Amino acid sequence: MTQLSLPRRAPNLSWLLLVPAVALMAGVVYVPLIQSAVRSFGDPPSLQEYADLFSDGITMTVFWRTLGSAVVVTLVTLVLGYPYAYMMTRASARVRGLLMTVVLVPFWTSAMARNFAWLILLERNGPVDRIFQFFGIHDVVFYQTTTGVTIAMTQVMLPFMVLPLYSALAGIDRKLLLAAQGLGSTPVKAFWKVFWPLSKVGVMSGLVLVFTLSMGFYITPALLGSPQNSMIAQLISQRATQLLDFAAAGALGTFVLIVTLVLVGMANSQGGSISAISVVVNTDSPKGNG
Amino acid sequence: MTQLSQSNSETFAAASLAAKSGTEVRLEGVTKDFGLAKPAVDDITLRIEPGEFMTLLGPSGSGKTTTLNLIAGFEVLTKGQVLLNGQDVGALPPHKRNLGMLFQNYALFPHMSVYDNVAYPLRERKTAKDEIQRRVGEVLELVQLVGRDKHLPKQLSGGQQQRVALARAIVFNPKVLLLDEPLGALDRNLRGALQLEIRRIHREVGSTFVFVTHDQDEAMNLSDRIALFNEGEIEQVGAPEELYARPETLFTAKFLGDSNVFHLGKVSPIDNAVAWEDERWAVDANTVSPKVASDRGSALVVRPEGVSVSKNRSEVPPDANAVKATILDIEYLGSYRTLVLALGDARLNGRARIDAQSSDFSLGEEVVAWWRPYRQRLVAE
Amino acid sequence: MAATLGETRTAQAAPPKKLKIKPVDAIPLWLRTLAAIVGVYFILPTFIVIPMGFGGATTTFKFPPEEFSVKLFENFFTNPAWIGSLGKSALVGVLAALVASTFGTAAAVGLHFLPGRLPTLVRTLLMIPLVTPSIILAVSIYVSFLQWHLTGSLPGYVVAHAAIGLPYVLVSVTAALSSFDSTLLRASASLGASPWRSFVTVTAPLISKGIGTGALFAFVTSFDEVVIALYLRSPMFQTLPVQMYNSVTVEIDSTIAASSSLMVIIVSLILFIPQFARAKKTS
Repeated sequence: MTQLSLPRRAPNLSWLLLVPAVALMAGVVYVPLIQSAVRSFGDPPSLQEYADLFSDGITMTVFWRTLGSAVVVTLVTLVLGYPYAYMMTRASARVRGLLMTVVLVPFWTSAMARNFAWLILLERNGPVDRIFQFFGIHDVVFYQTTTGVTIAMTQVMLPFMVLPLYSALAGIDRKLLLAAQGLGSTPVKAFWKVFWPLSKVGVMSGLVLVFTLSMGFYITPALLGSPQNSMIAQLISQRATQLLDFAAAGALGTFVLIVTLVLVGMANSQGGSISAISVVVNTDSPKGNG
Repeated sequence: MTQLSQSNSETFAAASLAAKSGTEVRLEGVTKDFGLAKPAVDDITLRIEPGEFMTLLGPSGSGKTTTLNLIAGFEVLTKGQVLLNGQDVGALPPHKRNLGMLFQNYALFPHMSVYDNVAYPLRERKTAKDEIQRRVGEVLELVQLVGRDKHLPKQLSGGQQQRVALARAIVFNPKVLLLDEPLGALDRNLRGALQLEIRRIHREVGSTFVFVTHDQDEAMNLSDRIALFNEGEIEQVGAPEELYARPETLFTAKFLGDSNVFHLGKVSPIDNAVAWEDERWAVDANTVSPKVASDRGSALVVRPEGVSVSKNRSEVPPDANAVKATILDIEYLGSYRTLVLALGDARLNGRARIDAQSSDFSLGEEVVAWWRPYRQRLVAE
Repeated sequence: MAATLGETRTAQAAPPKKLKIKPVDAIPLWLRTLAAIVGVYFILPTFIVIPMGFGGATTTFKFPPEEFSVKLFENFFTNPAWIGSLGKSALVGVLAALVASTFGTAAAVGLHFLPGRLPTLVRTLLMIPLVTPSIILAVSIYVSFLQWHLTGSLPGYVVAHAAIGLPYVLVSVTAALSSFDSTLLRASASLGASPWRSFVTVTAPLISKGIGTGALFAFVTSFDEVVIALYLRSPMFQTLPVQMYNSVTVEIDSTIAASSSLMVIIVSLILFIPQFARAKKTS
């Protein structure tokens, strides 16, 4: 970052430039979130709402279900995303551009349109059902099940895994792999001893980014799942709009938010989920930089 | 063949850095075609002696690095054979060729300490732990990096990083060390120091070194022999002095050092005189390159230190070849001066080296440049 | 003797035998295949959506559609609920993008010239909406906006969407600024320009691409946003994604198929604009 290059009194002026943005954020994000956290302690203040989270029998079930599906989504995106991102670093500029465009398609396909598409794809006897039947698998139900929700969520989350992975992988000097082979490693061993350790920063930020976003999924489970297997986000929504229990909604929200922020903090110290978003924004055209 | 297949166990049983036994590297009709107009490496045959320091020299794109990669196994041969001690290794992947390699950008593993980097090839060869410790210690001493073994590569300077890379490349006693412009990324002073070091290490370990560079001075300083590359082919192979004093082609003469060049067109290699403009010059049979042929253009080249300058023709010895010249500039270079000349009616660019003391020339002066026939060389264009 | 041995061996090997050599460092077939499958997974839903818009008006959706018609598009453009919500989405999106890009650019420029740790903290704080699960944000905004009487109103939508779009502007303008040579500002100051004049004549033109990209992202984010919009909606004020959500959950309305096709087409067009602009410039 460039240091001060304006005259001496410039810092005051620069602070002024931050005021509108911070004021907007305060009104829309900080104050509502703080109010919601304050409300969760009730009047008079107590930890009752938080104690209820652990004792009401429903919240924790839903929380663990959400956590479980987030873990599955995260691991599947890694298993599918890593080879894809690796392929991007290896392909010619033209193919890389194509692969990048393909990554950005779900990223920018309207969320509602995409969920609608999955609704059709996962129907009973829909296209996905038929593909599975073709391979002789008949007993998997996708419609209104956690399986279906997970398949759709994985698709939505893949770009968030691929983009930070790609930016990490593209920064690794391929000569190191050749050097390792020249020093006596088989190509497979060279990969595990040299390439994989160097890609860990990208893996880490991809994992945390996908996991935190998966924890907060709302629309996809609401549309593709069923009330019997709702996720934590639906529980928050239900408490706020149907039960009008804003304190309980606030407590649950605060709990999830703290889990999320702790994880994001970890990712940032590792090289950053924010940087993953920078990758997306600065790719600015779907063609990528290659 | 037996030697190579045994080399793993042998090397580590012997466990001495001063193996004093290099491997012979032979290239037979080696060709690499990337599908462009001309193959990147075009039918090269070259024999590198055991323990020799061979430099592949040439401008960028001349095929020298591709040749090195073919030896290392990073590229696949289109045609021909690469033989190590007589064994064809064309089908072997890089990790089975047991060669050391030094890369231009060091290629140190950034997530490993200096120690782990240097120990890497030994671990890949399942060497015993105490043996690894001893060997890494020895080789770090050899490259003068004792006490840095816990550092990460990025904590070291460029020169130190290249020493680590060198240590890593020789720690497993490879019989051949391939060096791909290893000094290219370093500044001038550091380069000189590392050149000395590489030569010392070559003497101490006794392996065959194959060194790639585009820097003629580096090649002259380091090599036992130089193979000069031009457009995928080898132009000439020989000791540095030989290439400088007895170039066979104009390309060689121009690539190594300065030359005064007179283009002659087609001449017969058996004539004892050639003509250029109004001049007629005697030709000594043993200064004619074997590549000169009557169906191919020729040129007469003279090094600046072979050229003398006189005020007029009467001062020129009768057995010398001479040409009229105009002084364009005088460069003072400490121990000598260089006269920048315009030669003949064509006013060709030329140079003559004279004593630093002789100062009786002035700019624009008409003079005569002359040389003894044995200082000249008739080369093919 | 070794030399003679070597010689004989070469002589024997002389007739060129076909060796099966794998190219070094080739991309394995399984990797190409896997990448292709993942690629299809990426784009499958998007390509399902477009033909669905041309299906018939039925209450159940089938892929591939059984008939071809433009009836659903007709519905979309004639039904006030649909076309009206498209208008509202566009209006909210444009206003939110304007606010986000103005405030976000100011903040990015300010942060660029401020040294120390505090601006880093401010930058992180401004990125919070990106990493907060949208349902938590939506519920909090909903409750607070109820007190402030901002739900179901244009200003409420605009500020909420401007806030979630601002981080994108911040990121893209920051990137543009980091590649910006600040000696240009010194040059401009030495030539007699005030800081404001320098900004208008030197900085702004050079970072305009970053601002434009950020504004586009802010617009698309708003145009596409469902969760907050679900909470802020009123019977009088609904955006297009909310209308689509209702058409699946409340009353099945097959017009959503046409609407989805349109959304995909509109958003793709908007995101391809910078690319077209660039292509034109270079040609």
